[in-house]
Amino acid sequence: MTLLTDLQFDALTEMVNIGVNRAAASLREMVGEQVHLSVPKVTLVSRDNAIATLAATEASSLVGIHQVFEGDIIGRALLIFPDTKSLELVRAVAGGELSLEEIIELEHEALAEIGNIILNGCLATMANMLQRNLKMSLPEILRGKPEVFFNLEPPPEAGEIVMFLYINFAIRERDIRGYIAMLMDMPSIAALQVLLDEFIERAT
Amino acid sequence: MSYRILVVDDSKLARMAVAKLLNTVRPDWTRVEAGNADEALALTKSDAFDLAIIDYNMPGLDGLTLAGEMLALKPAIPLAVISANHQVEVVTRARDVGATFLQKPLTEKALGDFAADAAKRLAPGAS
Repeated sequence: MTLLTDLQFDALTEMVNIGVNRAAASLREMVGEQVHLSVPKVTLVSRDNAIATLAATEASSLVGIHQVFEGDIIGRALLIFPDTKSLELVRAVAGGELSLEEIIELEHEALAEIGNIILNGCLATMANMLQRNLKMSLPEILRGKPEVFFNLEPPPEAGEIVMFLYINFAIRERDIRGYIAMLMDMPSIAALQVLLDEFIERAT
Repeated sequence: MSYRILVVDDSKLARMAVAKLLNTVRPDWTRVEAGNADEALALTKSDAFDLAIIDYNMPGLDGLTLAGEMLALKPAIPLAVISANHQVEVVTRARDVGATFLQKPLTEKALGDFAADAAKRLAPGAS
């Protein structure tokens, strides 16, 4: 989908990377050792395409942390992992000394916290760099097949366009792959383009 | 004294942003650009610049590994690596490689300090 120019993509990728790096630094505080987060590529795809990509790549069921954002741009942000990686992620963040029972008990809370740190890292950084305010809802945990994450009930109106990012995680020698998805409707994409152009204008 | 500064970043926007800051802090310096590690290494071998600023986050070689390879070719070049990842491990690795760590988003002050320090190292007669 060629909704954005190369420079607009560069600007988005840059912001998202600064955002996840802020998040990595916060997670590092929690974990006490280096956390590596990177977003190699940002793409814009249709909702059906996002669902198809996830269904093709991930055999297992998925777990996601969901937050709604509202401001000049309205949409949903999701951090999604293969279900099988969820406990591993919680263990990586919570430390190795906990029993499996304790990990399971902590899973929900820990996922909400990790998701909140990463999604807020991205959204808050984007909002600051675009010089706009975004209000974010509390994190909510979802589980299921890919279509579950992209067909959530409004409000707000579910967007047709998905900003789809791969995110690589490495914590405590574990490599965990995940996705960040931001769903926006066309008016929000148009608003984002205007904000990105303003940002590019200021930066260059 | 005017120097040639290499800016290595796969993002055109990021190179433009560094260029804008450089025009403010060192308008008399010449800018050379590279969009990837191979270009940067080729420019190092051909003596095309005096100092360099490298983005950490690039496809292929990361900025710190690239900085290490460039310094192996030309140990006296002042190098800075820019990264949004300011975790202590990355900052320490930069120091171990012999590069200056600059945090993203880059500020005029941070770039100005690096440029001043590099100019001092490059000045004739500096040890």
